[in-house]
Amino acid sequence: MRIASRLLALACLLPFTALAQGKALKIGVLNDQSGLYTDLGGPGSVTAAKMAAEEFGNKVAGMPIEIVTADHQNKADIASSITTKWIDVDGVDVVVDVPNSGAALAVAKVVADKNKVFIDSGAATVNLTGKNCTPNTVHWTYDTWALANGTGKEVVKAGGDTWFFLTADYEFGKQLEKDTRTVVEANGGKVLGSVLHPLNASDFSSFLLQAQSSKAKIIGLANAGGDTINSIKAASEFGIVQGGQKLAGLLVFISDVHALGLKTANGLQLTSSFYWDRDDKTRAWSKKFAARHNNKMPTMVQAGVYAGVLHYLKAVQALKSKDDGKAVVEKMKALPTDDPLFGKGTIRADGRKIHPMYLYEVKKPADSKGPWDYYKLVREIPADQAFRPLSQSDCPLITAKK
Amino acid sequence: MTTVFGVPIQALFSQLLVGLINGSFYALLSLGLAIIFGLLNIVNFAHGALYMLGALTAWLLLEHFGIGYWPALILSPLVVGLFGAVIERTMLKRIRGLDPIYGLLLTFGLALVIQGVARNYFGVSGEPYEMPPQLSGGKNLGFMFLPNYRGWVVLVSVVICGLTWFVIERTRVGSYLRASTENPLLVQAFGINVPRLITLTYGLGVALAALAGVMAAPIYRVSPLMGADLIIVVFAVVVIGGMGSIFGSILTGFALGVIEGLTKVYYPEASNTVVFVIMALVLLVKPAGLFGRTA
Repeated sequence: MRIASRLLALACLLPFTALAQGKALKIGVLNDQSGLYTDLGGPGSVTAAKMAAEEFGNKVAGMPIEIVTADHQNKADIASSITTKWIDVDGVDVVVDVPNSGAALAVAKVVADKNKVFIDSGAATVNLTGKNCTPNTVHWTYDTWALANGTGKEVVKAGGDTWFFLTADYEFGKQLEKDTRTVVEANGGKVLGSVLHPLNASDFSSFLLQAQSSKAKIIGLANAGGDTINSIKAASEFGIVQGGQKLAGLLVFISDVHALGLKTANGLQLTSSFYWDRDDKTRAWSKKFAARHNNKMPTMVQAGVYAGVLHYLKAVQALKSKDDGKAVVEKMKALPTDDPLFGKGTIRADGRKIHPMYLYEVKKPADSKGPWDYYKLVREIPADQAFRPLSQSDCPLITAKK
Repeated sequence: MTTVFGVPIQALFSQLLVGLINGSFYALLSLGLAIIFGLLNIVNFAHGALYMLGALTAWLLLEHFGIGYWPALILSPLVVGLFGAVIERTMLKRIRGLDPIYGLLLTFGLALVIQGVARNYFGVSGEPYEMPPQLSGGKNLGFMFLPNYRGWVVLVSVVICGLTWFVIERTRVGSYLRASTENPLLVQAFGINVPRLITLTYGLGVALAALAGVMAAPIYRVSPLMGADLIIVVFAVVVIGGMGSIFGSILTGFALGVIEGLTKVYYPEASNTVVFVIMALVLLVKPAGLFGRTA
């Protein structure tokens, strides 16, 4: 009897939860809110998502927009369990950001199983739109192929034809090294060696000394965040650059350059899809962003969250529905993208967002006019050359059609 | 060229030197921990956070008051040491005589609070801290390029460690300290203010951590998590050296730095774990640590 009454009570609740789920459109910002990747995404990505929702007056197709956020602590299992709970219990419709390639691949799978939408900005691995692609994923900002193709190619062309890699010992670092190695060798360069270092290592002097004794012209840093910062700092201290070797940061965010200071970072070349000081539109938006984010300028990851959410909302508005994730992503691919930060672009059939990439060089302290005036443009890589061509794709959505 | 297990001897020398430099930080930090544990019986989990606070204070002094590296070398340990004394007076004092686990929990909580507050205000990427111009540049030793600053770190560390050991083991003040840990009541009866002595000792241990922080600021970034990354290794160093043994922790600090450096040459992937492997081995053979007195 008691069990029956409980079941009855439960049954009464069900329609209400279903009703609650149908009401608001929920955006879940899932990223590192406390660890080594906080400053490149973190709370800044939440602010960016909020700014996108505000463009729509926090309402789309009659539904109020709600933003929820969580910390995945760079752990794939935590990322996927949060995503499951978000979708099943809280009625989240779209998961955004998710830096850390391991976590992103886990989330992509959950979101596809439950037919919602995943817009990744923070993760690097090209596999998100390659062998692990899904009809529910959009990868917005950058990937390992684009980074390798930008920095790697340019450096080899400029005469840096022998390389030594410092590689973060996990999926992302190895993928980045592999992609860069391919580009270097395809352009006539040679890789003399590499050393795997633990994630979040405190001291890099010993790895750099190994790179130094390899006599390679270029030391490629296949790592990110705090690891990149510490490698560059130690390299400057041990006179690596004065000794005639050059550093190539394969993934450098503006938050890293800010932490290093121009005196240490100047001369470093890097590939990015966004820089706040690129044109009037990016400047205007970035200043609005900085005013709400401790006066810190946005990274490309945060810019990607804004642009991605904006385009998602446009697709929902056009469809007047958010429930079928696959349909929303299809709409996102059908609509051309247009936002103040990345300009006009498209989303390819494999989920890859296509826009130009830019090769920047970090300014000398004397050339910088003030805080956050850090980059000068070396070259724009046109949108049609910036990302891995579909002909090389190993994404099942593409290969199945061939 | 002569090689040792496939590594050129020159490269080996340079890695040994780099290991020694890292060892200097381990030694400075584990020294503070050893003093606090040996004399006060507190497992000071806040040590990493206080080391970070030392670096952060140096950065704040420079950023807001224009006070440079050299004065900060004195000022920052003083300020942070004072902060440590306040912690001892207001919190640690109340749990004296209880099981050490209470001290461990309290200081661990403190570490989380201090790091959390710092992270809230400064982010995690950290802030750059310029090297003093007198110490930038370096010397070419033939087998490697030694940055002057790193040489300075080794020098300061050796001097400070030696001095501290001397004060505690060979002077009258040191003997009071050791006596008051053996039998506080008796020492108090001789007219020595034991509670004040304890506060000062904790302050000294904390000041050592802050000094290491200032020394580290120009090499690493000044970041809220810099201590959290280091503290576990330093605890392993103290355990290997023998909890509370001052000489043991100094020697183990330097030695483990060197061993870690060698690991980075022969099998870099293991460089983060080698210290803990050694710890496990030492605990199996000598549970009290290499220089520990009691089990």
